[in-house]
Amino acid sequence: MLHIKCPHCGLRSQNEFSYGGDASVKRPELNKEISDQDWDNYVYLRKSPRGKHLELWQHISGCRQWIKVERDTLTHEIFKTLKANEEV
Amino acid sequence: MSENFRLDNVGLVNRNKKISFKFNGKNYFGYEGDTLASALIANGVHLVGRSFKYHRPRGFFGAGVDEPYAIVQMNRNNEVDPNVRATEQELFEGLEAKSVNCWPNVDFDIGAINNFLNIFFPAGFYYKTFMWPKSFWYKVYEPIIRKAAGFGAASIKHDKERYEHKYEYCDLLITGSGPSGLASAYAAAQNGAKVILAEDKSRFGGTLLTSDETIGNQSGKEWAEKIISELKSMSNVIVKNRSQVFGYYDHNMLVMSERVSDHLPKTEKYTPKQRLWYIRAKEVIISSGSIERPLVFGNNDTPGVMLSSAAKEYLKVYGVLVGKKPIIFTNNDSGYETAIEFKKNGVDPIVLDTRKDTNSEIIKEAKELNINIKFSYVVVAAKGYKKVNSADIAKISDDKKNISSIENIKCDCICVSGFWTPTIHLASQSGNKSKFSEEIDAFIPSQSKQKETTLGSANGVFTLEETLKTSFEKGNELSKKITNKENKVLVPSVVEKKSSNHDKFWCVPLPEGKNYKRFLDFQNDVSVSDIQLALREGYRSIEHVKRYTTLGMATDQGRTSNLNGLQLVSDIENKVVPQVGHTTFRPPYSPISIGAIVGREIGKHSKPTRKSPMHYWHEKNNAVFVDAGVWLRPRYYKQGNENLFEASKREAKNVRQNVGVCDVTTLGKIDIKGPDSAEFLNRVYTNAWLKLPVGKARYGVMLREDGIVMDDGTTTRISENHYHMTTTTAQAANVLTHLEYYLQLVWPELNVNVVSSTEQWAGAAIAGPKSRNLLQRLFPDLDVSNEGLPFMGYMEGKLFGVNAKIYRISFSGELAYEVNVESDYGNFMWEKIIEIGKEFNIQPYGTEALSTLRIEMGHVAGSELDGRTIPYDNSLEGLVSKKKDFIGKRSLNKKAYIESDRQKIVGVVPLDKKTSIPEGSYIVKDAKAKLPNPKLGHVSASCWSVEYDNPFSLAIIKDGKNMIGQKLFAMSPLKNKVIPVEIVSSHYVDPKGERVRS
Ligand SMILES: [Zn+2]
Repeated sequence: MLHIKCPHCGLRSQNEFSYGGDASVKRPELNKEISDQDWDNYVYLRKSPRGKHLELWQHISGCRQWIKVERDTLTHEIFKTLKANEEV
Repeated sequence: MSENFRLDNVGLVNRNKKISFKFNGKNYFGYEGDTLASALIANGVHLVGRSFKYHRPRGFFGAGVDEPYAIVQMNRNNEVDPNVRATEQELFEGLEAKSVNCWPNVDFDIGAINNFLNIFFPAGFYYKTFMWPKSFWYKVYEPIIRKAAGFGAASIKHDKERYEHKYEYCDLLITGSGPSGLASAYAAAQNGAKVILAEDKSRFGGTLLTSDETIGNQSGKEWAEKIISELKSMSNVIVKNRSQVFGYYDHNMLVMSERVSDHLPKTEKYTPKQRLWYIRAKEVIISSGSIERPLVFGNNDTPGVMLSSAAKEYLKVYGVLVGKKPIIFTNNDSGYETAIEFKKNGVDPIVLDTRKDTNSEIIKEAKELNINIKFSYVVVAAKGYKKVNSADIAKISDDKKNISSIENIKCDCICVSGFWTPTIHLASQSGNKSKFSEEIDAFIPSQSKQKETTLGSANGVFTLEETLKTSFEKGNELSKKITNKENKVLVPSVVEKKSSNHDKFWCVPLPEGKNYKRFLDFQNDVSVSDIQLALREGYRSIEHVKRYTTLGMATDQGRTSNLNGLQLVSDIENKVVPQVGHTTFRPPYSPISIGAIVGREIGKHSKPTRKSPMHYWHEKNNAVFVDAGVWLRPRYYKQGNENLFEASKREAKNVRQNVGVCDVTTLGKIDIKGPDSAEFLNRVYTNAWLKLPVGKARYGVMLREDGIVMDDGTTTRISENHYHMTTTTAQAANVLTHLEYYLQLVWPELNVNVVSSTEQWAGAAIAGPKSRNLLQRLFPDLDVSNEGLPFMGYMEGKLFGVNAKIYRISFSGELAYEVNVESDYGNFMWEKIIEIGKEFNIQPYGTEALSTLRIEMGHVAGSELDGRTIPYDNSLEGLVSKKKDFIGKRSLNKKAYIESDRQKIVGVVPLDKKTSIPEGSYIVKDAKAKLPNPKLGHVSASCWSVEYDNPFSLAIIKDGKNMIGQKLFAMSPLKNKVIPVEIVSSHYVDPKGERVRS
């Protein structure tokens, strides 16, 4: 079980969190023209890297904040955790 | 029956407490402190099972977790426990166990015929022999193999035992209480670190219990006892016996299984049978020791052939002789310790040492004791079927290639010592890539990935002096880093014998013309010839060889026998062992019962049960409950002998005719506040929200980004910047997460806060033509007329002094209101509604009637919003704004979503107006068409329409909007029904929606 450092609460076990996918994905802006291809990429396509991955987790049984976690998908090493508004 | 292999005055068992037990139907006795294995051996019982593949007789090979054979089926307090190691099971009064893996019994096993037909059972025999004809595998081969090969039989009864989970944090977790575990725990404890010391066996001390070294001026055993009792008295130390750390997971989380009650005749009240500990440790010290390695020779699986260390343990711990005419077959000094113990207890052993004339302190001692030692000698083959009765021994040449002067000598046991294999499983699980140590011919841990340190013989250190020194140091160093305190202890002096080098030789060549089976993996019956065959057939990777031959699989996980297999592969391949590598060690290190893994999360405890504040009223009034997510909701209120169908019909009818009340507390509620709330709702919902006036509610649908409907509900504007959102019961948690996602990550510039208020409000839906009259009586001061409180209106008032919120919304399609009060007043509100409602013939109604009412109105719910439908499918296009953007809108242009024959919700009525249509039925054009019959869609929800008194269903079918009026078929292969139906509008009752506005 991973040990994740919530930037708001501190080190907590994985079972307090829920996973939210790739943190680098940006939602297209509202009311903006966008091609079918770009929209489909946003909705469906995700990279599945082996190694470093910036991902979203929500501290669902804690402060309920969405946080960013930089994790190695192979070794599960966590390099860094960030608040939602922070960039790597 | 009496014992006759027990020595007087030797061992640690309690002679004052005799214990009787039963094995394979026979009565025996042993003593308190015995294991099932030691008690059986004391009684001269060595035949305990049959081997996996060839069903050869099997006895005891080890004395603990190293045991590959002696797996028994336990019967304890009327519960069955399969696959228990007899060497680990402590004896208790009335214990009953029997052999597994043999049929009809252990003495006469039909499967043993495999032993003589073994041409059918070479490596990969499953893959080769039973592949043709293919259809025979499931029907013929597999069932027979399973019956003949299986280990114990699991119980088919519900397990009444209690299992627990426990979460713990510590500075140092130490796995194993041998010399390195004790020393490091002691040093760390002195520095104030929080320490957990786990010992797999019931007795602490590990090898100190059987060795004859001295520490300070005490015996090893006395020293261990002193350290343990000191550790136990310290508040910063948890000391646990019968506790196996079996798994090393990510971020230094380890799992330990504590066998709390397995050694007792039955589990005491309020204690679990087993407890699983999830331990997050800052540092881990692996002091798991090492396991003696077998030597490989002909028939080396015969009962009576066992590890020399096990023989010594039976003798020194249990006072039991494994034989009275022992052969000690060794390639190193360890075998002599066992020989000396035999000799000291009046038994004359013969030592066969594979090495050329060797000298060391212990060999000198053996010689002084007049022990018969033969150097350059080997056991060629064990003789005897159910028990060793003699051995063919021979001289071996210096190059170990040739044997000569074979002679047969009588013996009743052969104790083998092929040097030591460090137990590196936990280190390996932690991600530590092991390295091969030439010096000890075995793998030891190398670079740590996580915070772990391996000490003592698990790290390939076999002298006590160095073990204690490094362990005290490491315990001190690691704990000091954490506690910033140092309280250094003196390392005691050690007296031990210096040993000579071991011989790398381990596999005795076959004598000419003999074809003895020489086993490598005792549990899985993998022999030397199997590995040779696998390599001849081209298997190279050790992982492939493992799977092809089953080497190192099953419950043994290669603990005892893996390394010999690797050595053989490297010999044949002419590679060094490190090039061959070893297979992955996976958790659990030894088997864990399913019950322990599940813990308390069974039955009602598998999830929380949530009850509304009115729950006890429902109970008192004969409600029959149904699970709705984590909630319990009344399904119907039973009157007399009514069944579900009759009761729900009565309740629904009463709503249509008079007035009913339904507990809607379970609906998800989210409080939304902030100046940008309207803008936020406008982006979340598909319809327009910017112009909703204060004091008004609106129905809304929200989508996922892929255009699929996520949830629906009403949201009310309580004040300028304050909204009250409702969600379905099931989606409440997901919707909150969804809103938080967009507010925190996508549109952080919006000034909005959301919080769940589901539990803060108790809700009652009052529905039916007389609901306004009732509401007026409940709130005499309010103007609740159609003008004063119109459809989708909102009002606050006092319900007999209690603050209440009134929403004029309707799920039933009738004139209806939802009244909310703070949860603690829920029951008060409910009782007032029932009391005053009597005048209007009020009846409570449950979820079944609620479904009936919404289905015949054509209101969609979870069965239509099933994660596969878009708003258009549910005839919700009126709610999809063309003007503004919202979550998921861009996806609604997808080609599949806008095709003209897109699926759509419709109503379905059986032509006979009698036959109910099972939910999930397919709608097809032609009931007799050839299979696969093209499916137009499926029936999502069914009810008995109380308005028309006939069955009515909702269905989502292809080209639904052009299907109305058509006569089709509903087919349910599950229920074996074909029902002719007519497609009608989904709005079966009050299609114009006049009642809700009346
Ligand atoms: Zn947090």
